[in-house]
Amino acid sequence: MLLLEDVRKSYAEPDGSRLDILDVPRLAVDRGEQVVLRGRSGGGKTTLLNCIAGLTTVDSGRIEINGRDLVGLPEATRDRFRAQHIGFVFQTFNLLPAFTALENVLLGMTFTKQKADPQRAATLLEQVGLNHRLTHKPSSLSVGEQQRVAVARALVNRPVLLLADEPTANIDPAHQQQVVDLLRESCQQEEVALLLVTHTPEVADQFERVEELEAINRVSKSSGVVA
Amino acid sequence: MSFWKIAWRNLQQRALASTLTAFSMALGVALMILVLVIHGVVVNQLTNDAQGYHVIVGGGKGSKFEVVLSTVFHLGTPLYPVSYSYYEKFVDGGEYAPYTEAAIPICLGDSYEANDGTRLRVVATTPDMFSKISYAADKQYEFAEGENFQRENYYEAVLGSVAAYKTGLGVGDKFRPAHGISSDQGDHDKFTVVGVLAPTGTANDRAMFINMEGFYLQEGHALSAKTAVQRPVVLGSKVASGSGLNVGDKLPSKAEGEARSSVLAVLGPTGTSNDQLVFAPSEGYELPKTATSTTEKPLPLAADGTKPLPRAQREVTSILVLCKSPFYAGEIDRQINKGIDRTVQVVAPRGVVAQLADGFLAPMRMILLVLTIMIVVVAGISILVSIYNSMSERSHDIAVMRALGAKRSAVMLIVLFESVLLALLGGIAGMLLGHGILAVASPIVERYTGVMVAPWQTSPEEWLLVPGLLVFAALVGFLPALTAYRTDVAKTLSGGR
Repeated sequence: MLLLEDVRKSYAEPDGSRLDILDVPRLAVDRGEQVVLRGRSGGGKTTLLNCIAGLTTVDSGRIEINGRDLVGLPEATRDRFRAQHIGFVFQTFNLLPAFTALENVLLGMTFTKQKADPQRAATLLEQVGLNHRLTHKPSSLSVGEQQRVAVARALVNRPVLLLADEPTANIDPAHQQQVVDLLRESCQQEEVALLLVTHTPEVADQFERVEELEAINRVSKSSGVVA
Repeated sequence: MSFWKIAWRNLQQRALASTLTAFSMALGVALMILVLVIHGVVVNQLTNDAQGYHVIVGGGKGSKFEVVLSTVFHLGTPLYPVSYSYYEKFVDGGEYAPYTEAAIPICLGDSYEANDGTRLRVVATTPDMFSKISYAADKQYEFAEGENFQRENYYEAVLGSVAAYKTGLGVGDKFRPAHGISSDQGDHDKFTVVGVLAPTGTANDRAMFINMEGFYLQEGHALSAKTAVQRPVVLGSKVASGSGLNVGDKLPSKAEGEARSSVLAVLGPTGTSNDQLVFAPSEGYELPKTATSTTEKPLPLAADGTKPLPRAQREVTSILVLCKSPFYAGEIDRQINKGIDRTVQVVAPRGVVAQLADGFLAPMRMILLVLTIMIVVVAGISILVSIYNSMSERSHDIAVMRALGAKRSAVMLIVLFESVLLALLGGIAGMLLGHGILAVASPIVERYTGVMVAPWQTSPEEWLLVPGLLVFAALVGFLPALTAYRTDVAKTLSGGR
């Protein structure tokens, strides 16, 4: 379902030289599979997720999702593909403050070709236990509730892949487990592959498959430098 | 969820800033509406005032603007008068009577001080003023109270609606006009109000109309017997044919106040130099009583037996002439203005008003419009500043939308929609505000000035505002929209701006 081959990513330095960030020979995630990507802070985890989501272009390689190679696609096509096939849960939830919980979920459907389905959005919010908070804005939701809205938003378009970038980083330990459980259960229910980035061992230990970024990224291996 | 809704929600999120920005736009648009409507009202007012008749016959001295200003708008100083005999050319078998549907004599020179200190014009005329001619576009004068005055009741008066309000006079009340236009130079006899006109939206609302016969009998209004003596002359045949003068016509005067001679007879061709001469009686000549025409229609006697002022001692300031057809107006204009008699002139008031509107009001309107457009532009820039300033704090939201699959063009469009919504809401609020101000002010303005304002009437230019604002909003929204377009998603989501 997700296949990365020889993905390289570097950034230009002010002096004109290139700083290599990623050199991933291969990473594959099957449909419905739940994988943790672990690594040191600043090791390139977020960059890798951005590359997979098409938010950042890669220098070379192949990023295939559901059989379609995203590398080389025009930006607008990548945007549309991301809207339809990839869900994103951010470290800071990133709910839009001007919108209610229901509207934040519907926002996930706005940029796809399909018609917005308020029923689907409401059902998802109900599944994450927020059926009584549909019209509340993020400012009146607790941290845990905000993250649940973010999960519902990420799943609303029935994606094949959900990318979660340290979703428990800003949550107190008491709520971390709830978020992890929610993500895993929701992805299981929706048959969505989950690639979860974390540097928290307690979270990573719950997953059957854990990929160490340093193990799959030649840049980290060779330099040993935290990028 | 539509982009419009997203844009609206973003505006709601910054409710105070959005409201203030829209309000500044509303003020600009309201000012523009006021300029447009007030200009329209002024032009309508001018046009309405000059309707109901085709031409004005006024004194030959002074410009046609002065004739229109004094006769139509009751402004300025009354001009050099026209002889009563000239007025009679338009009535009862006179020279121009075949062309004339109605001829209304106007005598100016009196005024009356209203309760607020303003001086209202007293216009002496005949009852035909309100029965034979109309005002504005074929509207007949109506009486809000009482009725028209009667010609044989010399001391009756009719008040315009504003004049009645400002003086507090009503039917049955008496008032004493003052001699003079701008200052009280002595009181006249009392006139009784018999009618109050319904508002017309013309300058006549601010005037007090009295019976011309009563006016003539007031001190200072009759020509002295000496002045009134017109030494008759006899014209040689070539003089008559060359000048166009005929029996009963007056010779042009050489100086103001000079007695004007009237043509008593025209000699037949003699083939001598006498054909080129004007024969006048020597000094000390007195008009024999037998010289008064016996074919003249008798002047109306007063119901109370008061004798009217003799014709020879009468003058009128001007004559409103309603022709039987507009074509005849041209004919009268040609015959009088192209003739030898320079003591009178014919003025087509609508043409003069159009010139006045084009020459004076149009540039004023342009200046005011430019000023208000600048205000709207400043308001537009405030939209730009408002949205642009919000971009840095919203870059994260924009990045999130991009991460959710929004194209660059989509986020750009959303920001443009915000600008359009602000301009549109400000514009609509401005239109309502502008017309609302007019709705509140119009009854007061009408009561005090007689100027009728239709507060909710819109002009075509006003409807051009809406698409104009849309284009303008798109222009001012472009810069912040471009900022949204260029947002670096990965960098912004990772904490960079």
